Amino acid sequence: MKSITFTLNGRERSFDIEPDERFLDLLRRSGLTGTKCGCDNGMCGSCTVIVDGRAVNSCILFAFQVAGRIVETIEGIGDFDRPHPLQTAMADAGAVQCGYCTPGMVMAAKALLDQKPDAGEEDFRRHLDGNLCRCTGYVKIRDALLSCSAGARAES
Amino acid sequence: MKKRNFKVVNKPLRKIDAMTLALGKPSYVGDLKPRDALIIKMLTSPHAHARITSIDISEAEQMPGVHAVLYYGNVPRIVHTTAGQGYPEPSPYDTFMFDSKMRFVGDRVAAVAAETEKIAEAALKAIKVEYEVLPAVLHIEDAMKEGAPVIHDEPEARAVIPVPYDKDRNMAAKVDMDIGEFEKGMAEADATVDHRFYNHYGQHCPVEPHVSMAWVDREDRIIITTSTQVPFHCRRIVAQTLGIPVRRVRVIKPRIGGGFGAKQEIVLEDVVAMMALRTRKPVYWEYTRKEEFISARTRHPMLMRIRIGAKRDGTITALGLDCLSNTGWNGSQGLTVVCNCGSKVLPLYRCEHIHFNGTVVYTNLPAGGAYRGYGATQAAFALECAMDEVAEKIGMDPLEFRAMNHIKSGDTSPIFRALGEGREGVDQAITSCELARCIKAGAREIGWRKRKPHSDKKGRFRRGLGMACLMQGSAIPEIDMGAATLKMNEDGSFNLLLGATDLGTGSDTVLAQIAAETLGTDLEQIIVYSSDTDMTPFDVGAYASSTTYLSGQAVQNVAEKVRKQILKVGAEMLDRKPSEVTVQDSKVVEKNGEGQVSFSEIALYSMYNTNQFQIGDISSKIVHHSPPPFAAHFAEVEVDTLTGRVQLIKYVAAADCGTPIHPKLAEGQVEGAVMNGITYAMTEQYLFNDKGRMTNPGFGEYKLFTLRDLPEMKTILVPSYEKTGPYGAKSIAEIGINGPMPAIGNAIYNACGVRLRSGPFTAEKVWQGLNGNLPEVKSE
Repeated sequence: MKSITFTLNGRERSFDIEPDERFLDLLRRSGLTGTKCGCDNGMCGSCTVIVDGRAVNSCILFAFQVAGRIVETIEGIGDFDRPHPLQTAMADAGAVQCGYCTPGMVMAAKALLDQKPDAGEEDFRRHLDGNLCRCTGYVKIRDALLSCSAGARAES
Repeated sequence: MKKRNFKVVNKPLRKIDAMTLALGKPSYVGDLKPRDALIIKMLTSPHAHARITSIDISEAEQMPGVHAVLYYGNVPRIVHTTAGQGYPEPSPYDTFMFDSKMRFVGDRVAAVAAETEKIAEAALKAIKVEYEVLPAVLHIEDAMKEGAPVIHDEPEARAVIPVPYDKDRNMAAKVDMDIGEFEKGMAEADATVDHRFYNHYGQHCPVEPHVSMAWVDREDRIIITTSTQVPFHCRRIVAQTLGIPVRRVRVIKPRIGGGFGAKQEIVLEDVVAMMALRTRKPVYWEYTRKEEFISARTRHPMLMRIRIGAKRDGTITALGLDCLSNTGWNGSQGLTVVCNCGSKVLPLYRCEHIHFNGTVVYTNLPAGGAYRGYGATQAAFALECAMDEVAEKIGMDPLEFRAMNHIKSGDTSPIFRALGEGREGVDQAITSCELARCIKAGAREIGWRKRKPHSDKKGRFRRGLGMACLMQGSAIPEIDMGAATLKMNEDGSFNLLLGATDLGTGSDTVLAQIAAETLGTDLEQIIVYSSDTDMTPFDVGAYASSTTYLSGQAVQNVAEKVRKQILKVGAEMLDRKPSEVTVQDSKVVEKNGEGQVSFSEIALYSMYNTNQFQIGDISSKIVHHSPPPFAAHFAEVEVDTLTGRVQLIKYVAAADCGTPIHPKLAEGQVEGAVMNGITYAMTEQYLFNDKGRMTNPGFGEYKLFTLRDLPEMKTILVPSYEKTGPYGAKSIAEIGINGPMPAIGNAIYNACGVRLRSGPFTAEKVWQGLNGNLPEVKSE
């Protein structure tokens, strides 16, 4: 057992971890279950979180690797009274069917928009290539994400 | 179509759970896992067909942190089916919780419940097993050959309804239907086609794999929380498998991370229930993605022979389909899936002489199960490709050929009566069909007029257009039942308790819309709870495209009953007769006058003032029709003739689902189903080694499309009004998945003249076709 400290959703937090513990498992056993597990090997993107501004698959990240870093999870970016615009857009576009992939999609898209607020369709296509959805066919997800880009907002 | 003024129905309101899920609130089974839950892991068979000659669990049992080990020697041996279907099930009883006979690579050997995953995995390694390896059936066509190994040689295996079942010949089911004189029809034809098609293995790939947990409560009841489409069937089958009364089992369905049919099956729940009983602790089991591919369920692969005869004027003289279906190691849904190959596809075209046979065989490969489309997907591939082939032979445009022959409003088909689900079907006439408009709208969108024969195309990159017409059903008539309970609260809100199972489709929202529309209130006033076998009334569950049509009618009925109660109380409060008042905007208002009382005032009055009673009721519903939704799909592809690579440029799906209760969700059902069908057609495939082991059980090697692969996609909802449905609605969830195989297959042919009769449509196959050495159609 060893202890690590990192910034989790804006607050500095310390956790005791196993040396081979996955970051996804640490989050989920700490009650942050918004980050999902869909494949265990970095192929589906359901476990996407943002570490130091980059979207990463938390199922193939060791917990010790986030020591000293800044981590954002789905729980940290919005709530019922103040949802993140991406969360609102996903809900309103009909992009949430079973919803299991949604937190990962939102976090992946947020990482892109934080870097590139006017991201276009090609940017989203490339950046979300690691996020699987089996319900929606991606059409409404694409519409939701694009509506959050500064480019789209400027046009409308 | 009459214009109707709906207030809640037919509006794209926000799906009621969308924000909860987008915020990542704890919603799914895995999010609700108790901290002290024991973790279950399963040791599985490395052999496709074997008998356990010795098994020693003692070392595993004694490991610190291990609470129980289950295997065939210490659990009840009760034969059952894993298929989540009505009772008595049309699927054979051929499965045990554990058995000493292994029937596929991935079959259950022994389960461990331990304090951590690591301990559980270490314990699996400590179980010593010796096998006698048996010859295996690894190809669909070998199953019924003379001298083939018998997969279900146990005495208990049997069919529980009167249908053909011959386990000694590995035959899990068989169905025949002949209408008219098929051979005569073929002889009358000016042109005929007779071809073999193969539908390959595929998996549902819900992003949430199967997951279940259970504990025993203080009253000694087993509480199962599980990712299921069929909570009530689950309760019944778990009780049966454990040999305990139904009353001792409660099944709770929280939010589900997708199902598509995979979760219409008892895959984990018997073991979690048994483990909870054995350990008296909360237990938790989730499949890895690898287990999901191998040990959950798949689409039944099928070898098909399709025969069509037509006259030069376009009349179809004969239609014949023979399906050889691979149900794998157990017979789950085998009979009913193959029945649907006939009943949900062949009525699409008018024809006097029809032949249909479905034969379902066991093999030592992963088991088939329910999968969106449910047989219609398989048959639509063969039929719709063959329709193009026969159209070419008689020199007709394939669109004109279909438009001339397809079933229309007012028509019936003898198939509806002849072929049900494991028994005779139910006669019906088509009461709503806008397929002609679907074809027109889709053709316009894809630019069908510019289509040229493949022989006119030159150059390395060649584009082609293809189409397919589709139908499905809406619920299983006179078999499926859905029910709903509705009760009123002080503030004029309502609890809607549903047995129907929202697995991500949005059915909770759709059913709440139907309730709100009927009650004359807003969607926000409906609090939905689904599905919990202790709390909600029965529903067969989410399958057979039934929820909107069937459960929707149960909801409409109960809401009508509750509205009457509200009108009575409101009238009493206004000193009027019930006939002199009506509901409007969450109020009871006088038809001629100023008086009004709000729903909240009515609820308070009925609870606290005079003649107190609970405003509320329960309703259940069976249906006598299964009105088909219809669709026309169009695909445009570009084939690289140098490499054989196929790129899907554009896909158009025009669908008639009656009134779309929630247009955005209806579009979402089409888009999701179509995309699933596209990846099945383009990339998804099971690879097996020569010992029957799947070699690509992961998303790295089993490719699903992502946003990056999304082609231009257009969904067109062509409304009709189905008078037997709630507010004119029919189903929409399944039909879309049936189109991509034939539409893309036809487009590839139109681009480059290569006719692919098995998927996926890889560059390799197209290239072989272009070079004249396409291998014969065969199974994996």
